[in-house]
Amino acid sequence: MRIELIKRPERSALFAALSPFIALGLTLVAGAIMFSLLGKSPVEALYYYFIDPLREVWSLHELAIKAAPLILIAVGLSICYLSNNWNIGAEGQFVVGAIVGSILPVMFPDFQSWIVLPLMLLMGIAGGAAYAAIPAYLKVRFNTNEILTSLMLVYVAQLFLDWMVRGPWRNPAGMNFPETRTFSAAATLPEVWSASGRANWGFVFAIVAAIALWFMLSRTLKGFEVQVLGQSPRAGRFAGFSQSRMVFFAFLVSGGLAGLAGISEVSGAIGQLRPTISPGYGFAAIIVAFLGRLNPLGIIAAGLVLALSYLGGEAAQISIGVSDKVVRAFQGMLLFFVLACDTLILYRIRFVGTSAAKTVEATQNV
Amino acid sequence: MDTTPLADRPNLLEVRGLTKVFGTLTACDRVDLTIAKGEIHALLGENGAGKSTLVKMLFGSLEPNGGEIRWNGQPVRITSPGVAKKLGIGMVFQHFSLFEALTAAENIALSLADDTAIGTIAAKARALSYSYGLPLDPDSLVGDLSVGERQRIEIIRCLLQTPELIILDEPTSVLTPQEADKLFETLERLRSEGKSILYISHRLEEVKRMCDRATVLRHGKVVGHCDPRQETPASLARMMVGTDVKNAERTTAAVRGEELLGIRGMSRKPAGPFSMPLRDIWLSVAGGEVIGIAGVAGNGQGELFEAISGEALQESADAIQIRGKAAGKLGISQRRLLGAAFVPEERLGHGAAPRMRLSDNLLLSRHKTDGKAFVGTAGVIKTSAIQQASQRIIAEMDVRKSAPDPEAAALSGGNLQKFIIGRELDRNPSVMVVNQPTWGVDAGAAARIRQALIELARSGSAVLVISQDLDELFEISDSIAVMHNGELSKPIPIAEATLERIGLLMGGAEPGHAEHGKEVA
Amino acid sequence: MFEGILLTIATAATPLLIAAVGELVVERSGVLNLGVEGMMVMGAVTGFGVALATGSPWLGVLAAIMVGALFSLLFGFLTLTLVTNQVATGLALTLLGLGLAGMMGESFVGLPGVKMDYVYIPGLSDLPMVGRLFFGQDPLFYVSIVLTGGVAYFLFKTRAGLTLRSIGDNHTSAHALGIKVIAIRYMAVMFGGACAGLAGAYLSLVYTPQWNENMTAGRGWIALALVVFASWRPWRVLAGAYLFGAVSIGQLHAQALGIGVPSQLLSSLPYLATVVVLVLISRNRRLTMVNTPASLGRPFVPDR
Repeated sequence: MRIELIKRPERSALFAALSPFIALGLTLVAGAIMFSLLGKSPVEALYYYFIDPLREVWSLHELAIKAAPLILIAVGLSICYLSNNWNIGAEGQFVVGAIVGSILPVMFPDFQSWIVLPLMLLMGIAGGAAYAAIPAYLKVRFNTNEILTSLMLVYVAQLFLDWMVRGPWRNPAGMNFPETRTFSAAATLPEVWSASGRANWGFVFAIVAAIALWFMLSRTLKGFEVQVLGQSPRAGRFAGFSQSRMVFFAFLVSGGLAGLAGISEVSGAIGQLRPTISPGYGFAAIIVAFLGRLNPLGIIAAGLVLALSYLGGEAAQISIGVSDKVVRAFQGMLLFFVLACDTLILYRIRFVGTSAAKTVEATQNV
Repeated sequence: MDTTPLADRPNLLEVRGLTKVFGTLTACDRVDLTIAKGEIHALLGENGAGKSTLVKMLFGSLEPNGGEIRWNGQPVRITSPGVAKKLGIGMVFQHFSLFEALTAAENIALSLADDTAIGTIAAKARALSYSYGLPLDPDSLVGDLSVGERQRIEIIRCLLQTPELIILDEPTSVLTPQEADKLFETLERLRSEGKSILYISHRLEEVKRMCDRATVLRHGKVVGHCDPRQETPASLARMMVGTDVKNAERTTAAVRGEELLGIRGMSRKPAGPFSMPLRDIWLSVAGGEVIGIAGVAGNGQGELFEAISGEALQESADAIQIRGKAAGKLGISQRRLLGAAFVPEERLGHGAAPRMRLSDNLLLSRHKTDGKAFVGTAGVIKTSAIQQASQRIIAEMDVRKSAPDPEAAALSGGNLQKFIIGRELDRNPSVMVVNQPTWGVDAGAAARIRQALIELARSGSAVLVISQDLDELFEISDSIAVMHNGELSKPIPIAEATLERIGLLMGGAEPGHAEHGKEVA
Repeated sequence: MFEGILLTIATAATPLLIAAVGELVVERSGVLNLGVEGMMVMGAVTGFGVALATGSPWLGVLAAIMVGALFSLLFGFLTLTLVTNQVATGLALTLLGLGLAGMMGESFVGLPGVKMDYVYIPGLSDLPMVGRLFFGQDPLFYVSIVLTGGVAYFLFKTRAGLTLRSIGDNHTSAHALGIKVIAIRYMAVMFGGACAGLAGAYLSLVYTPQWNENMTAGRGWIALALVVFASWRPWRVLAGAYLFGAVSIGQLHAQALGIGVPSQLLSSLPYLATVVVLVLISRNRRLTMVNTPASLGRPFVPDR
């Protein structure tokens, strides 16, 4: 038996909507199998992963905290991937955004004013964008592969952060722990609704950014430009759009948003710089972007799903002793299934038996 | 040479009821075809009639849904090109199946049997190529070769397999008339050696001249078998198209107005490893006239188009003049704003984004020129305006489609081309530059497009048509210039242009620039 | 001292070389598998675990090769059969590999591993200076050199190699000639996976015989960069791998000497060097365009 793809005359709107759900379903099945192999009850494990964190209000706040950076980064990445710019260094841009944004609270802790926080956010955006501009510049100027350069810069950024918090920026009153001084109240991103939980304004930024980029992508000429250059660069050039400017646009937007996510995380959720400030948000956001089908509104939902998996990982570790490492395996599987299911949007799949007569239509012609 | 009458010779290939279905489209519908030994058999049909599908099934690249193929009287299943080659079927592809980064010898080696020693191929290829008068350097990279040379590789590769049946798909579409004559000699010689040839073409003159029998396809069905020598080109065309074919009418002679498009000594370095430089090109196109640019594929036409359209900029602003303005350093959008319109050769992926709707594709070339009408404040696209405009074009150009606003890739080649041309005509451009206006387009749409181009010129615009189809150029042009090796000849007024003269220029006989352009400058 | 440095350079270069030569074959067939890091880390954890359980580093190596190849099949199925985007799928493979390996290796953290013995060729290994370097290495060093030569011979001197290159140049033409494009690409992808698995095992059985989650530390990505750097030629990959080996060992020695530059900044040198080298090599657009397999990363759906 072999599998044959039959191109649909037009992309299927039905499967475009369904594919993330099919992928989620398949991931749950695969996850259940994995838990059984680990000797845990799959039902119980999946319950702790995906239901338990949703039962308490404070825990919904935690969900928003985890989802905010994922959504912020992923909507930026959607611009990149739609325009065929493969920025996979968002983790590094997140880190640099956090470092640059922290200049004020770490180096000038006595400067306390209402303007500190807006400045920090702007500096975070600028830092992330500037760091993303490096692979963009190298791609435009020297034709250098942006996948590899952006990824290499992640390692550089992480090592740089490690040096900063162990070296020049180490908290003088911190008993030699590798961390900066804690941020003052003026430098802390406030909570949205502190009566019920910790969720901060980072989540609001994420939602606003997603809606703004959704509008840009679906309604404006700029969004049209992004999609044309991504789908057929030659047609884009024929339209008079500049490939080079698009490279910068995509990298600066996504880098800026990753930087914003970085400084929001540090200022809102952590309150200081540490050697590690991200559990891999920059990479998980790649999964979020694809799970949301590169549509910013879909990305909001997808970000919540991935955030849930982080929370669920913690819950499952505490309650049934499953390693928190399982989460990343889970996320990796999810991306695999998403990509596989996306095939159904452009193709019908046919299973062909050894004889051509035994043809089975696996999916209906939608 | 075998002098037995055709009907008495044994059949090499018999095809009965061969059918191929793609989704809802029946590309070949119960096709019958018989080829005798030592016969040159023509397969006629216009674009989209199912010729390529049929030969792909004969060569094993496509799997039929029904029907029977008999080879030397035995039923066979040709499941792969390997099986076809073992039977003795060889194929020369229209768009070639060559590898640019490999040498000629390596290209040949790839299609030979596994046990052929790689070291001996170069020598064999060299020997065979000279014996058929198709000289070839086995060690050169295919990417560096001209289209004609590439075809030689295809043919030699095919001959080295000593096939009984050779399928040639539109072989002369990439040759000068003189090169085509040489090819015909080679084919005659193969016939005299007892080989059979299935010859696919839409050039009726050459079919009449050379082929023993013809099978005509229309919409996937066989509409007739005939002896082309007994037919006229008009009667063959009628069989292919189903109705009388109307040539475009040149209503009035051109009245040469002012120069609207001028090219002044433009040169361009090769853009990529295998692309052609442009060498000191001069040309002047005036309002009211259609100038055609002939040439064998790959002689710089694509590079010229990009340079005129502004997808590639010039070093000097004066190199391109659009309506008297120096435009050499302006991008494509600015050139459009000066009144120019462009239609590239490649429809999907260049002239249109395949996976975008027609209304979005309208925006592709017109977001700047019609910025006020189509784009509102903050860059918001006015959806209803672009939809209305695209419906207007669809009605005007008679674009046939299955959905109200389908994706570009869902349209047939002819209908998409009508839309793309209509998109530009809708602006009433004063300069129109078209590369291969009817390539792969059915006869009805082609006639519609050619007529529209003539009418545009007669209304006072300057029209420049780049085409490899000489019949087309002779039909619509007021004068014809020829591109060869990145150089452009002087335009020859249509009254003085003969097929032979143009053909010689295409072969590089008389390189030279358009001297008259310098006077204008 | 100098001899010792040369020896450690070879140890740092060998995993890069093995992984990059495997990826080179994959890319020559027109497929871009960005999952090298993921396959490598899977190989590392498998090699470590199997060697620990059986006591035999060779069984560990064998298992790592098999796991690498099997793991790459996931990528192959998606990109070749389901025609998914190769860049995204390669990333997915890396993320999945890092996740799975972290999970599988959790119980290995802190355990002493099994180290593969060196092979001393009697007599020759006692030669001054180069003796140890060429004749007193770990067995996989020899494997890596033979592998490079073998791949060079295969690609440019054999018919199968020619076929593989033709697919990378133009899969449509290859298909029209009856070459089994997808089947050959599956084999190439699995070869690349096997090599990445082997490279991973080298890390956990030779380079540092222990397990930790981040032990590949971007080497899979550097291997990908090496293929570009080498413009898809095996012997140039070898040169590149030793260059990178030298940079990483150089910075380690600089750290040990305490030259006053913070260790983190020295540690980032190999990554920065990768960026610089990529810039240098890709500056020449013409050269890159001629060498890059023309159908690299392009989807292929045969019409039937």
